[in-house]
Amino acid sequence: MRTIDASAITEVVAKLCQKANIFLGEDLREALQQAKEKEVSEVGVTCLENLLQNAELAGRERLPICQDTGMAVVFVDYGQELLVTGGDYTTAINEGVRKGYREGYLRASVVRDPLNRINTGDNTPAVIHTQIVPGDKLKITVAPKGFGSENMSRLAMLTPAQGVAGVRDFVTETVSRAGANPCPPLVVGVGIGGTMERAAFLAKKALLREVASENCDPALAVLERELLSKLNQLGIGPQGLGGKTTALAVHINTYPTHIAGLPIAVNLSCHVTRHATEII
Amino acid sequence: MGLKRVQLPLERQTIFELEAGQGLLLNGPLLSGRDAAHKRLVATLKAGAELPISFKGETIYYVGPCPTPPGRVIGSAGPTTSGRMDVYTPLLLEQGLVGMIGKGERSPEVIAAMGHFGAVYLAALGGAGALISQAIVKAEILAYHDLGPEAIYRLVVRDLPVIVAIDIRGNDLYQLGRQKYAGNA
Repeated sequence: MRTIDASAITEVVAKLCQKANIFLGEDLREALQQAKEKEVSEVGVTCLENLLQNAELAGRERLPICQDTGMAVVFVDYGQELLVTGGDYTTAINEGVRKGYREGYLRASVVRDPLNRINTGDNTPAVIHTQIVPGDKLKITVAPKGFGSENMSRLAMLTPAQGVAGVRDFVTETVSRAGANPCPPLVVGVGIGGTMERAAFLAKKALLREVASENCDPALAVLERELLSKLNQLGIGPQGLGGKTTALAVHINTYPTHIAGLPIAVNLSCHVTRHATEII
Repeated sequence: MGLKRVQLPLERQTIFELEAGQGLLLNGPLLSGRDAAHKRLVATLKAGAELPISFKGETIYYVGPCPTPPGRVIGSAGPTTSGRMDVYTPLLLEQGLVGMIGKGERSPEVIAAMGHFGAVYLAALGGAGALISQAIVKAEILAYHDLGPEAIYRLVVRDLPVIVAIDIRGNDLYQLGRQKYAGNA
């Protein structure tokens, strides 16, 4: 059995926290660039130009793209033939978040208790999703999530009778109600099926997909295109100041569900949809 | 887009003249403040106690900046969602606040109070934290140091780009812009 020291996890998580917050993904940069060429609103074009300029400056000067450097969401594919030694797995990840945020001058945005609200001062703890997979590797993705967009996300338990029409309406209504708050243009993660919490997880995970890449399920690919076109007719536009670019992409994940239900979650994410991955 | 250079603190005449949709470059002193500071300020007012700072004639920027890296004035410092401040805002307008900078829509109550007390709401570019930090030439903590990124700062800005989102007459660019571009045109 392969072994790795817990400190290796800490180092990688720290590095990924900084990488995700400072360097805009090439897929998003390309999507913003294309949106800028198509946008018809003058204010919208100016916003998109400035966002591209901001991302370029952030990368060059090693500054966070956005001051909301998010709550650290960490996805791990954990190979079952791997043993972590010299410390515990969860502590190692949180230590990585602490180190990454402190050393990278990233904002501490987490409160210890949601009701008493005292800042933990180091952005810990992370939200950690671990999946046990075959093999002896550790695939770690850090996806810092800002709350301007997280706050506007929604979940519903639809009925089977509502079907795909219900899904369309719920996604559109969520984006429409969110308006300017989630910092459009958005990446819209949609999770359909499973149980309540599984739908939310699927929606979050959908945000990790390469922006505007084709869904491998042809029917979902069609639904994604249809929804994207519908969302971009809402008029919300960049920053919600009016325009044709309200969303850059819609990504849908599904999972088998119960005969009685149709859970759906819509996780909105801003134009700084961040994630960075490394395999140990 | 033509940008109009505007001096802070905002004068009454300037506030009256600003119109939704205008692009501005702001110059001068601002206050910062967001959720936790607003909550504490309003609790202080409701308890009948004195605020640690005066809001008379001030403009507030809804921001919680990143820590300041060595050699810089401030870390990334883009606007946060203004709507969360709506429940506190009318009381601060009553205290003399005349300008607000943030992102996103405001409530009908806030828009009405802006008209009543004479205030303007300006939108900064959400998510452009790195770019905006370059327009901040001075930053020091004025109050509520214990709130970390949510402390109240005195900021001085040079050519900070904003758009008039809601003017004193209640014209709302978020509504106007959306209406203009909605549909399949």
